[in-house]
Amino acid sequence: MEAFATLLELLYFTNSTLTKTAVIHDYLRNTRDPDRGWAIAAIAGTLKFDMFKRALIKKLILERVDETLFALSYDYVGEMSETVAHLWPNSAGETAIELPSLNEVVDHFRQAKKSDVEHYLVSLLDSMTPAQRWALVKLGTRGLRVGVSARLLKRILAEYGNQDIDAIEALWHGLEPPYTDLLAWLEGEAEKPDVSQRVTFNPVMLAHPLDEERLLNDNQQYLRLSEWQTEWKYDGIRVQLVSTPNGKALFSRTGDDISHSFPDLLEQIDFEAILDGELLVICDGQIGSFNQLQQRLNKKKPSKQLQADSPVGIVVYDVLRLANESLTNLSLQQRRAQLDQWYAKLQPPRIQLSTVLYTPDLKGLVALRQQATDAQHNAVEGLMLKRLDSPYVSGRPAKQWLKWKRDPMLVDAVMMYAQRGSGKRSSFYSDYTFGVWHEDQLVPIGKAYSGFTDAELKELDRWIRRNTIGRFGPVKEVEKALVLEVAFDSAHTSNRHKSGVALRFPRIHRIRWDKPAIEADVLATVKKLIPD
Amino acid sequence: MCCGRSRDKQFQFNQTVPATLHPRDWIETRPEGLYCLPAECFIDPHKPVAQAIITHGHADHARPGNQWVVATPATLEIMQLRYAEQAWHECISLDYDQPLCLNPDAEETEQVILTFQPAGHILGSAQALLEYAGSRLVISGDYKRRHDPTCDLFTVTPCDVFITEATFGLPVFKHPPINQEIAKLLESIRVFGDRCHLVGVYALGKCQRVILALRELGYDEPIFMHGALIKMCELYQSHGIELGSLVAVNDVADKRTLAGKIVLAPPSALNDRWSRKLPNVRTAMASGWMQIRARSKQRNAELPLVISDHCDWPELLQTLTEVNAPEVWVTHGREEALVYQATSMGFRAQALSLLGYEEEDD
Repeated sequence: MEAFATLLELLYFTNSTLTKTAVIHDYLRNTRDPDRGWAIAAIAGTLKFDMFKRALIKKLILERVDETLFALSYDYVGEMSETVAHLWPNSAGETAIELPSLNEVVDHFRQAKKSDVEHYLVSLLDSMTPAQRWALVKLGTRGLRVGVSARLLKRILAEYGNQDIDAIEALWHGLEPPYTDLLAWLEGEAEKPDVSQRVTFNPVMLAHPLDEERLLNDNQQYLRLSEWQTEWKYDGIRVQLVSTPNGKALFSRTGDDISHSFPDLLEQIDFEAILDGELLVICDGQIGSFNQLQQRLNKKKPSKQLQADSPVGIVVYDVLRLANESLTNLSLQQRRAQLDQWYAKLQPPRIQLSTVLYTPDLKGLVALRQQATDAQHNAVEGLMLKRLDSPYVSGRPAKQWLKWKRDPMLVDAVMMYAQRGSGKRSSFYSDYTFGVWHEDQLVPIGKAYSGFTDAELKELDRWIRRNTIGRFGPVKEVEKALVLEVAFDSAHTSNRHKSGVALRFPRIHRIRWDKPAIEADVLATVKKLIPD
Repeated sequence: MCCGRSRDKQFQFNQTVPATLHPRDWIETRPEGLYCLPAECFIDPHKPVAQAIITHGHADHARPGNQWVVATPATLEIMQLRYAEQAWHECISLDYDQPLCLNPDAEETEQVILTFQPAGHILGSAQALLEYAGSRLVISGDYKRRHDPTCDLFTVTPCDVFITEATFGLPVFKHPPINQEIAKLLESIRVFGDRCHLVGVYALGKCQRVILALRELGYDEPIFMHGALIKMCELYQSHGIELGSLVAVNDVADKRTLAGKIVLAPPSALNDRWSRKLPNVRTAMASGWMQIRARSKQRNAELPLVISDHCDWPELLQTLTEVNAPEVWVTHGREEALVYQATSMGFRAQALSLLGYEEEDD
């Protein structure tokens, strides 16, 4: 456990990838199985169970620290694990007591009876330094972030075993922690693990944002339209449907198995393929809005009623495998031809094909994007451009797929409340509630916490501290004097907010230090942006 | 929240002063800072004023352009070094423990007496004790209770109202002993012997304290300095504080020789172009804020050193207990938690909202 805590500490404070790689290689070389495999799982975020719940941590700290002081500390630090790490009464101080191994800790929690979890957790926290406590709470609640993404970790593992990262990617979702089979293979002690029979996620191919300026000014150099396939960018969630003789599953873009939320879709899948597409509400062939889809997300057990009211389907735009043949090495053009053929023959229910759009020239492309901006296309949020000769490559390869989102909508709103952020923004006031005028009063319409630079964040933070007029727990009410130009993707009606509107993905577009608050927008203007 | 009286009320100088007045009757907060009515004098104002008491030389407390200034000799030297002829128009140098009447022309019963007491924050730092109309107010300025060979130790001064800072006024703040943090730096130099260790320190106080702590742990190699730090170190040395061999980075012909050495620089220079000439830099930052991970990340510090010139939470509580003033006013920092804690310890406590102090300065 000590080595694990030290590893996290080193990774957390190191910025260079080179150093992070060296630190992890060193840890792998000097740590036994299965400890090191659990560490990999913790960093990659593939642990399947919480060792203890956040609620338990909170209960334990409140038994030891005054509730008000805890709340103020938590608000300031911005993060539960670290707050607890510092506030926990220091029985150990900085002098370490010997701790059990990482594997013992994982095992103990995994097998512990519910009543025993608390006792074991307290005994560990009591004998730890603040840094070790932080590591334990992060590990146990699966909230670890040390600047090593799953992708980077796979690359580091590939380098460790002198293997290709694609080989690791292909195996990854078929393997389980603590990864002894993987590590044995990487160290040349065993054969490559066989995962061909598992229903696993295949990391998806991602797009870069299109460089609008280059497209419009430097068109010929930037891209020749004849080499690209154009499609709508659908406004749903990216999914991968995996259907094999061994089972079926629906995965999110990041590889989370979300099958349980969409039984209505999966029970109608009766073919063998791996498809890439957009999950949308599709009712009698009509695509619903993102707002409708949202009702279906994160529902572990959707009711029959909900399934009937908002049936989901997939608009498919790519194919990785048909029957038992992998198509990823083919070009997009070839894959699409096979997909068209397969679709024409099978006409599978709940599946549509994404429309391929044809435009002779740049003018046509710009016109198409303008159409995506028009409110009636509420299931579309822009255009996708994909190179016709691109193979299906996981990750974000350069200049293969481009996304061109429609222009955001803008509104001038007034900052009303501010709250501290977490993580990198810890202790800065970085979350802003903003409102617009309605009958001489400001009504809140949303909250934004992105879109500004670090320098702007500091200025906003300073402004907020100097213009606070009230406090509600962690929330500061500010002088209604600062106008924020807020960008957002779309506006919807909402029963939750008093204003009756909700914005999708609002972010700060510009800070209007110059604009008097009285000149901010009125609610009626925002309501006009809601599609019928 | 605001202590004292509303501003439109004029202080009645000609009235007969009753036997005792509570400090809330003769102190108020104004946009320029804390103001003592009978002495017509501000304490650490952040805009130029006619008369100012300056507790210490940090830039958010000692600002240029005041007409008349009273401070300790070292604080005045620091201000002069920083602001030259802008430092003040007229000044009075007041040693610790020497009472000074701020309004000698007033009748004896209306006189305000100022006495400085050491605050243990940096060289020359003082608490200002104001005595008027039978009551005693201590404005502690910034202070700490730890051993610090660069300045006099904080003196507990009995009073009716104690004004305390709350920079680290949350129970998550427990500063480790400085030796432990400096040992981390020395260990890092041992492990990463080929890397230049660039340590971010504030020019006044932190810089000299880090140097002395390195010397106390037996580090006797030259310490290399960013140009902005040198003059302040010379000022400390002129006060008999031995800092050992200091070399300006600019005077090093071959920067590659700085591998494995310690370079001190102001925090603003850490991620600046200036630092790119140093070989294979490992960035450290010495500040009380380094205890919070996200803060260290914000500073891009690979090696956070938790070294503070302010009180941590236990020291703040220790001070409230020892000073044992019946009433406590809490200013700059995390007032809310300290007010809450002081109240539950049985003190009358309230927040004193003073603008203009930079919380980053530690």
